Amino acid sequence: MDTLTQVRRIWKPVVFLLCLVPALLVVTDAFELTGRLGANPIEEIQDRFGIWALRFIMVTLAVTPLRRITGWNWLARFRRMFGLFAFFYVLMHFLSWLILDQGILLSAILEDIVERPFITIGFIALLLLTALAATSTNAMRQRLGRRWQTLHYAVYLIAMLGVWHYWWQVKQDIREPLMYAIILAALLGARIIWSRAHKKKRRRAAHQIPQQS
Amino acid sequence: MLIRKQADIRPSEITSEKNYLNRRAFIRAGALFGGSILAPPAISAVVPDERGARLAKVRKSSFSTDEAANSFEDITTYNNYYEFGTGKGDPYRNAQDFDPLPWTIEVEGHAEKTGTFDLEDFIKPFDLEERIYRMRCVEAWSMVIPWVGISLADVVKHFKPTSKAKYVAFETLNDRKRMPGVRRGSLDWPYREGLTIAEAVNPLPILAVGLYGQVLPNQNGAPIRLVVPWKYGFKGIKGIVRMRFTEKQPETSWNMAQPREYGFYANVNPNVDHPRWSQARERRIGAGIFASKQPTLMFNGYGEEVAHLYKGLDLRRNY
Repeated sequence: MDTLTQVRRIWKPVVFLLCLVPALLVVTDAFELTGRLGANPIEEIQDRFGIWALRFIMVTLAVTPLRRITGWNWLARFRRMFGLFAFFYVLMHFLSWLILDQGILLSAILEDIVERPFITIGFIALLLLTALAATSTNAMRQRLGRRWQTLHYAVYLIAMLGVWHYWWQVKQDIREPLMYAIILAALLGARIIWSRAHKKKRRRAAHQIPQQS
Repeated sequence: MLIRKQADIRPSEITSEKNYLNRRAFIRAGALFGGSILAPPAISAVVPDERGARLAKVRKSSFSTDEAANSFEDITTYNNYYEFGTGKGDPYRNAQDFDPLPWTIEVEGHAEKTGTFDLEDFIKPFDLEERIYRMRCVEAWSMVIPWVGISLADVVKHFKPTSKAKYVAFETLNDRKRMPGVRRGSLDWPYREGLTIAEAVNPLPILAVGLYGQVLPNQNGAPIRLVVPWKYGFKGIKGIVRMRFTEKQPETSWNMAQPREYGFYANVNPNVDHPRWSQARERRIGAGIFASKQPTLMFNGYGEEVAHLYKGLDLRRNY
């Protein structure tokens, strides 16, 4: 088996199952089989889905830099899967808020979305991510052509909104959201540095053409 | 009991540390030597120096609610006590090795009686009462907690505040060695809280020394903490080492940290939202995953006892 077949047949299913573990643990902890959800299980469920959503966004954004550094191009095969898991965890985070926390009480939900800026931000991030998930298939990618890439640049905005959403709801101790902000800054910073270096190279290449002819 | 105008003498200067730390053994030995058969072993201390020990002579109180109390586990594993970490489970984990006794409380400021008191001497003049109170956290969750404590009104009157005393301020122990959360920062230590004198002499607030009839667990603020049931939980300062009668409104920790979000009064009020979340409803801990939130009551349902304290005060501005 060559690397790509191995990735497709073995590693993708394995990684897929691993990505489901945090969600599975919420269920088994709820029944106190593996651990517990504590005195405030609703808050715990929301927090766990939320934090895993943020982690999967970071992992998705880490794929390209990691691929560039290591030269492991097969990593790109996992990018869509990670992105879709980020969407899955965001959706679970949203649904646990909607159903468990708010009890589908429409007045309270609308009030929260409109009046609580940190919830507004989270909601916008969810809508954007839904658009990316909906256009993630190969068919949609082909249909959208160049616009697909433009649309999917929104992931940077989503990541920023996600960290902001987390930061804003913390009471006092900002160490953890700060950590995510630093990771995100590094992942975005790497891209800026690369794109600058890339432009310089192209410019140099463009200068060299007349000399060669 | 030491009674002084100004507490500038440290307890360690009065009694040698060795005798001071051994005083319980000394008392116990004395009791044995006296051979008093009638005296039960617990007689030596109102608050026994033993985790989980039962408190003796606890009266019931008509201020108690008949709502079902939360489980001991819920009350002791889901706490906000930043001196032991900022996560809800941190105080339970990080306060296990904390040994609160011996403990002294300094009483200072505009009062006739001031000085440094050992916890036992501080509590002894007052009756222990069980008060089952609702507790509403500013984070929109609530519990029902069976505290054991002494009436703050009795304590305040005991120290005879002068006419200059308009407020009573409290401070928590600020010990980097024994409190891991203090080493990390997050709030401006020591933790500070305060009440107006009128609030403090209301019959509802207590200084709690117990929970579920037992010695107060460390994570809940051992050995002595404030409980003010009509205010948000953060007013209930834990591990109190200082009580000061002041003329000016004292600085309070959460108000210092985020003045827009946390006021001095911090009365439970469903009509005044926290800038970042609604205070109209609350999640009752222990109600289960599928329970809906319940409406928050004005003054946490203690309006009959306390609403008169705030007549003419704009509660929207004085949040």
